[in-house]
Amino acid sequence: MNNAAMTSRPAEEETMQRPTDWKSPEMVARIRKRYRSEKLFRTMGLVALTFAGAFLAFLLFTMVRNGLPGFEATEVRLNVAYTEQSLGVSAADVKGPNGLETLRNADYGLLAGDALAAKLGIADPNEIMRAERMVSQATSTILRDHLLANPSLFGKTVPVWVPAASDFDMLRKGNIRRDAPEGVRRISDDMLAYFEKLEASGDVRTAFNTRFFTSADSRDPELASVWGATVGSLLTLFVTLLISFPIGVLTAVYLEEFAPKNRITDFIEVNINNLAAVPSIIFGLLGLAVFLGTFGMPRSAPLVGGLTLALMTLPTIVIASRVAIRAVPPSIRDAARGIGASPLQVVFHHVVPLSMPGILTGTIIGMARALGETAPLLMIGMRAFIVDVPRSLEDPATVLPVQVFLWSDSIERGFVEKTSAAILVLLVFLMLMNGLAIYLRQKFERRW
Amino acid sequence: MYANNETPMTEATNSALKMTARDVNVYYGEKHALKGVSIDVRADEVTAFIGPSGCGKSTFLRCLNRMNDTVAAARVVGDIRLDGEDIYDRQMDVVQLRARVGMVFQKPNPFPKSIYENIAYGPRIHGLAKSKADLDEVVATSLQKAGLWDEVKDRLNDSGTALSGGQQQRLCIARAIAVNPEVILMDEPCSALDPIATAKIEELIEDLRGRYAIVIVTHNMQQAARVSQKTAFFHLGDLVEYGPTSEIFTNPKKDKTKDYITGRYG
Repeated sequence: MNNAAMTSRPAEEETMQRPTDWKSPEMVARIRKRYRSEKLFRTMGLVALTFAGAFLAFLLFTMVRNGLPGFEATEVRLNVAYTEQSLGVSAADVKGPNGLETLRNADYGLLAGDALAAKLGIADPNEIMRAERMVSQATSTILRDHLLANPSLFGKTVPVWVPAASDFDMLRKGNIRRDAPEGVRRISDDMLAYFEKLEASGDVRTAFNTRFFTSADSRDPELASVWGATVGSLLTLFVTLLISFPIGVLTAVYLEEFAPKNRITDFIEVNINNLAAVPSIIFGLLGLAVFLGTFGMPRSAPLVGGLTLALMTLPTIVIASRVAIRAVPPSIRDAARGIGASPLQVVFHHVVPLSMPGILTGTIIGMARALGETAPLLMIGMRAFIVDVPRSLEDPATVLPVQVFLWSDSIERGFVEKTSAAILVLLVFLMLMNGLAIYLRQKFERRW
Repeated sequence: MYANNETPMTEATNSALKMTARDVNVYYGEKHALKGVSIDVRADEVTAFIGPSGCGKSTFLRCLNRMNDTVAAARVVGDIRLDGEDIYDRQMDVVQLRARVGMVFQKPNPFPKSIYENIAYGPRIHGLAKSKADLDEVVATSLQKAGLWDEVKDRLNDSGTALSGGQQQRLCIARAIAVNPEVILMDEPCSALDPIATAKIEELIEDLRGRYAIVIVTHNMQQAARVSQKTAFFHLGDLVEYGPTSEIFTNPKKDKTKDYITGRYG
């Protein structure tokens, strides 16, 4: 064999034609390295997931642990005598035509004290006044409402459960320790003795707090209710949805299907994307200046809150809707056009129904954000202490996150659990909204 | 390149002129995609457009029902008439034009609705059916004409997308028929189908001939030879040759045509 011949052409042929040795040590090392890095990546992902899950679990656990007691309330049973003497009215007046009026104007202030005096065997008026501190300050109002609802009870002595004062509620729930020294405990020794006497005779119970869901806010933690804020949130979100959904979807439809593609529409698109990232408090300033200032709308009303939040939610809905509309394949549009559907028919009979899942997702994301917004609503005045449940879009109202904020600001210990309980209500509200969104998405889901 | 074809042939070539195109040029931006195309489409005939990929046959087809309007960069110049009326005239309503000149696409694209709804949609939006009974009848007739009735009559409420490829394409043809068109344009209707489904579609085209003027774009020369009476051969935007199918395939006048037919390229 000629060396020269071997070094030239045969060498080229050899490097091109020799099959790869996949079993060589280098190759095996490469494979091992690849498997190792894949395993590492998978492990890192799992660790990240676990971390996130753990934090979430911890958050939920803390919320539930702090908030569950808020759903319970302590009540005291009083044997209330709805008699002529205790109320200071005459039976004749009560039976007459203005009976209810008479009952409404009667004085209920002594009823609780009398009942407690009888139960605990106290006679001294000062002692009775101290004992009265075991029940809520609103007891007289509660008893009055009770009698007005059941006028036939007049003249009788009946057992009535009334809310215990907040400090005693805390005592029952273990937030105030019975064995703490008197100075720390906030409840004096003799009051504690009275209370324990009532407990021993079975006149104290801690049960589900329906009041939390029926009345409205109050300065007394034992009377505070989340219902007013819930209704406020519902009304505000209703306005937000009513305004932002149609405007957002129609804007997206126009921009995607009808607007000419030129620099003006590009400019609009950039601006909408930027608006989605604007801090929400700026929308609050806008609401303050425009809705309250220029238009003079009522402060603190769900109407104004809804309008402000609608402005904030619009960019989110427009962006999500545009993406969903873009995702509809052109073959659907061609098919519709091909049998002579007009541009409007193509869009509303075919494109929009097919993009509904994406549009709804964007809407729910926007609504969820609106539900949790506090800052812009504080700016338009929804920070007030509202005692009535709002009944229309123009009544002053507050919303759940603002209520949480206000309660968390309070010094009263009883509000701590109420705050956590309100957060739980907010979370449930959110989950219901998400559930609705999932249901609607399923309904509209189509395969093409 | 208008083939002035006056010699009487064995196939019926004396039927009325349904659509005419004279000197049609199409520009996609700077690109001159179609150069001076002139063609006749007769009412009782199937006209086939053949040619290699990218030669402009689909582009020209889409001019006939103004589907190129939706392509922003496309510009159509020339005279195209349906029953003597210029379809690019300002007075012509594009939406009605597309009901008169229907289209079937390469990939079957039934609406993601029920079979019944797919067919009923067209007549409904054009106001062609006065009552539910009318609509039912239109649906049944269209499905029968498309040869799909027996297979789907018991499941009209099933989704249109649940059918097989061949059935979906017949559904699309039924959908086009339901609006009572005068011309049906078919853009490579069988290219996504298996041979058996293809054969069924070709049978269907033969059945429909006579009721509608049909224009079919196809890659498959044998198919063109089987179903059409007139064939137009496109190449790189030019209409190279146009005439009776038998002539094009047995005795083409141009060399390019001959080369394509015999499979030398394309």
